Amino acid sequence: MSDDAPDAAATAAPVTMVPSHVRLTYTVTAGRHLSSYLRALADRRIVGGRCPVCTKVYLPARGACPTCGVPADQPVEVADRGTVTTFCVIRIPFEAAPFPPPYVAVAILLDGADMPIFHLVRGIAPEEARMGMRVQARWVADDQLGPTLASIRWFELSGEPDAAYETYANHL
Amino acid sequence: MTAANRCAIVGIGQTHHKAKRQDVSIPGLIREAALRALADAELTWKDIDAVVIGKAPDMFEGVMMPELFLADALGAAGKPILRVHTAGSVGGSTAICAAHLIMGGIHRRVLTVAFEKQSESDAMWALSPRIPFQPQLTAGAGGYFAPLVRAYMRRSGAPDDVGLQVAVKDRQHGLKNPYAHLRIKGIDRAMVADSPMLWDPIRYLETCPSSDGACAMVLAAEDAAAAPRPPAWVHGLATRSEPVVFSGRDQVNPQAGRDCARDIYAQAGIHTPSKDLDVAELYVPFSWFEPMWLENLGFAAEGEGWKVTASGATALGGALPINPSGGVLCSNPIGASGMLRFAEAAMQVRDQAGEHQVDGARRAMGHAYGGGSQFFAMWIVGRDRP
Repeated sequence: MSDDAPDAAATAAPVTMVPSHVRLTYTVTAGRHLSSYLRALADRRIVGGRCPVCTKVYLPARGACPTCGVPADQPVEVADRGTVTTFCVIRIPFEAAPFPPPYVAVAILLDGADMPIFHLVRGIAPEEARMGMRVQARWVADDQLGPTLASIRWFELSGEPDAAYETYANHL
Repeated sequence: MTAANRCAIVGIGQTHHKAKRQDVSIPGLIREAALRALADAELTWKDIDAVVIGKAPDMFEGVMMPELFLADALGAAGKPILRVHTAGSVGGSTAICAAHLIMGGIHRRVLTVAFEKQSESDAMWALSPRIPFQPQLTAGAGGYFAPLVRAYMRRSGAPDDVGLQVAVKDRQHGLKNPYAHLRIKGIDRAMVADSPMLWDPIRYLETCPSSDGACAMVLAAEDAAAAPRPPAWVHGLATRSEPVVFSGRDQVNPQAGRDCARDIYAQAGIHTPSKDLDVAELYVPFSWFEPMWLENLGFAAEGEGWKVTASGATALGGALPINPSGGVLCSNPIGASGMLRFAEAAMQVRDQAGEHQVDGARRAMGHAYGGGSQFFAMWIVGRDRP
């Protein structure tokens, strides 16, 4: 401590707030349905579950269909391409941002699924983003694959024409 | 209403909402609102039978179960205290739980309080969690709701500038409210349009602020409702929820919101809400949610909400004033924001709203929503005993 420290303390502004960061370390037990979805992702496949009552395909499979209450877990592999139902361009900077803003966050209805998933679209200018875009998964390299949706690095335009609004209007 | 005791709102208090209320602690903040509610009712702590308190996620301020350390500040020693949490709708559902204690005949006078101290919290961080087995996809509340706003715009064919209009209108209302946090003199469309795009299509001035604030009400049974000022009476109240995820879920116009509104209209004998209600305080944290909720709540047909907004009907002096207080777009102490809607509705029918009073308001609606548009809380209050 330097000699002038007591004087500095005497003249310093009063402390009114002390940032205190909180952190929580925990272990997730994925369970049977989520595990089958995650293991498939490590194998570049997207596997969901179909409800035997309403026939909807959920990603991941679910122990209980939210509308029917029965296991929605008949395995169904869906495509790694689909339709952007809606999106937003994130322009606000924040600590956890995966890329420097702006970037495009999207809801994607994968072909064969009945629930959109959330992901990012890269390779287009934010002002070119639109509802109905057809996109294709860009997987990470083989040595980076793992049981996580992060095995899909992002989505890119597939080159197909945009989907008609009616094809995804019920998923907004 | 049938088969329940009547419930009166006899005292209403709120803090002066600000970005940083560094002059008070959290206990000081809630006491400010509670003491104003007690003063309004001309009651003291001794007159209160029970306390019902609400706030949004504990993660915001990083204080687990804050009701435990706040019980003392709310005079709850030796009395029942109950904490409620339903995300952003919590201020509304907290008031409803308090009203249930009156209507069920359990207590005669209940103090209900809701708060958030956002300056001691980081909601953007708390609402951008790292979810296991996923890349970072969440980006605060705006990141969640902006795609729904875009879906509404596409579905309804609304012109791009309706959101600007709401942002200006609610800020103009806020200039009449001495408790409002945002008071933007000279607010106009150009100012909103030129503000930075945060979560495209939501601009900075189309979103709510981060506020410190609290709201409190004293609710009373009919035999304890002899107040110095005429009370507001509960004519209908309900909460509804729905799963945040299911195939075919209409997130723009959620079923739970429609059902909740239908329930309170039936209780209050309301057939045409746009005509039978004089004013409504709706939970509009992003400007586009005004036309979206107008449709969800039956004030406008599906696809027509933006036309009601564009007509000017929702401004003070219009046929259906929405958010005369300035709403969430002017003050957003998250946990209290729903209760402020409920309290402002009661202030209107008590002729207590000062410069933002809707002349002759006899029946008003308070509305709150939360989570991923999955929790709803609403009440209708009236000047007349139901």
